[in-house]
Amino acid sequence: MDKRPDESETRRAETAVEIIAVNKWFGEFHVLRDIDLKVARGERIVICGPSGSGKSTLLRCINHLEDWQSGRIVVDGIELNDDPKQIVAVRRDVGMVFQQFNLFPHLTVLENCTLAPIWVRRMPKRDAETLAMKYLERVKIPEQAQKYPARLSGGQQQRVAIARALCMNPNIMLFDEPTSALDPEMVKEVLDTMVELASDRITMLVVSHEMGFARQVADRMIFMADGQILEINEPKGFFDHPQHERTRLFLQQILR
Amino acid sequence: MAAISDMPVQFLRQAPAASLPPPASRAGVFGWLRVNLCSSPLNIALTLICIVFIAWVVPPLLRFFLIDATWSGSDREACIASPANPNPGACWAFIRVWSSYFVYGFYPIGQRWRVDLFFLALAFGIGWLLWLRAPRRDIGAVYFFVVLPILSLVLLGGLPLIGLSYVPTNLWGGILVTIVVATIGMVFSLPLGILLALGRRSRIPVVRWLSIMFIEFVRGVPLITVLFMASVMLPLFVPEPLAPDKLVRALIGVAMFASAYMAEVVRGGLVAIPRGQYEAAQALGLTYWRMTALIILPQALRVTLPNIVNVFIALFKDTTLVFIIGIFDFLRTVEVARGDQKWASPVTSLTGYAFAAMFYFVCCYAMSRYAQRVEARLARRSAYKGR
Repeated sequence: MDKRPDESETRRAETAVEIIAVNKWFGEFHVLRDIDLKVARGERIVICGPSGSGKSTLLRCINHLEDWQSGRIVVDGIELNDDPKQIVAVRRDVGMVFQQFNLFPHLTVLENCTLAPIWVRRMPKRDAETLAMKYLERVKIPEQAQKYPARLSGGQQQRVAIARALCMNPNIMLFDEPTSALDPEMVKEVLDTMVELASDRITMLVVSHEMGFARQVADRMIFMADGQILEINEPKGFFDHPQHERTRLFLQQILR
Repeated sequence: MAAISDMPVQFLRQAPAASLPPPASRAGVFGWLRVNLCSSPLNIALTLICIVFIAWVVPPLLRFFLIDATWSGSDREACIASPANPNPGACWAFIRVWSSYFVYGFYPIGQRWRVDLFFLALAFGIGWLLWLRAPRRDIGAVYFFVVLPILSLVLLGGLPLIGLSYVPTNLWGGILVTIVVATIGMVFSLPLGILLALGRRSRIPVVRWLSIMFIEFVRGVPLITVLFMASVMLPLFVPEPLAPDKLVRALIGVAMFASAYMAEVVRGGLVAIPRGQYEAAQALGLTYWRMTALIILPQALRVTLPNIVNVFIALFKDTTLVFIIGIFDFLRTVEVARGDQKWASPVTSLTGYAFAAMFYFVCCYAMSRYAQRVEARLARRSAYKGR
């Protein structure tokens, strides 16, 4: 992994993410029920489950894009609470990739990547551009740097989104269904990028139904349904001998 | 390309289809005429009606304002019917004689170079700011928003310390006042409107309520009422020596009024920004103000640019209402001039109003054209599809 020259180096905890008895409601609807999860540093976790099972919501709690009503979440040794300073500190350490890419359409690809390093990390513009080009090369689209996102294909946009997140040198990466909005022929290029990233031992939490990818990179599989974690296992056991009734049903349906 | 195997196939392209130029019937002058003016019976009828209308309206206008018009003279004799001029047209001589009053109002004649200098400085600032490829537009912004206001205040108001005599604002008038009121109104209404729009969407209840109250109250009353309140009611609350100058009160009133409208326009743009943009900005660790300034506002203002210019144009024309509280804006000076007995003639008022209309039209049309160019430029730069 790259040398990370920022202050987060010093307070690196052995546990990357710790979720303790988290409960969340959307109005009357109990979306997250008593979630407990400990993610070790460098661990790669793939979360799957039927839609509406709360897996995206759980992921979005880790960088406080969603609020929760009870329980605790500690990220990189920083306790997430309502203090905006803590929240921003966590977000600086946690990169996120969205289903809809969410690139900034009024900025070029390069500006998308340098924005946060310049304005959050206070990096000089030149350094930020060098850094951004490094990551754009890594996701294999340095030649698109001066274009606006709307000119890129979905797969390219998602790779830019990954590069943009990496430019903050995050310790943890969250992927929220990164290939679900892509045309089939573009899924592979994004998954390849993620596989390459996984070889870096960066902590990854991925919500995805790409089971091939999961088998290849996951250290642990998590199956969620109805806002609960129903099963956690290493990939081999998870796919070959699912224990929970619902897991078995789900895998049968998506692996056909 | 040949088939790879001999297996049966329903269709297999042997050579790629070449790309051809489009048919020629849509090109050239006649092509243009056919497509745009004569494409259907209805279209042909509309074209004919328009031609008849133009033939009916334009020649008399040309005759009145140009051919029969009086260009020079020193009093009404030049503009009333006489054997030499049986059918007098527009009395431009009247505009000529009164023109310096239209521009400066009662501003002391010996000091009018100060107004000219102000116009120059303002034009320079606007040019620097609006010319998108101008060098160092950041310095241009500092000049426009910091240097220019101070310079203008010193130039127009006077600073006896450096030899510029004091000119009270009740002597200001004409285009000078119109430009000052419109510029201040625009420059203040946009940032205030943005703040109010953000306030209205704020999660902090007090901020939200105050913004809503301000916007709804100011939008709910006519501009004349706001001006009256600024002019008549403000002195009731503030002791007379502390009460701001009459022109300043009008400026505050106009800026408040325009900012309430601007707030709603900007809010429309904010609503149009997808939630994912906020989330992506937050996930990168941007704070609220950075996210707003770097991600949300640039996109929201781009969407609302036509509406912002709309508010500006309305504001520019609304400045004419300051005459209600006794300020001599451009239209008011025309009003005064056309009452001049020395120039009393059947065509004096018409000429005066036509001149005023031309002035307002040129200014508003320029704003509109500039906005269109900026829009086209933004559209070229990033095709806005998907997220």
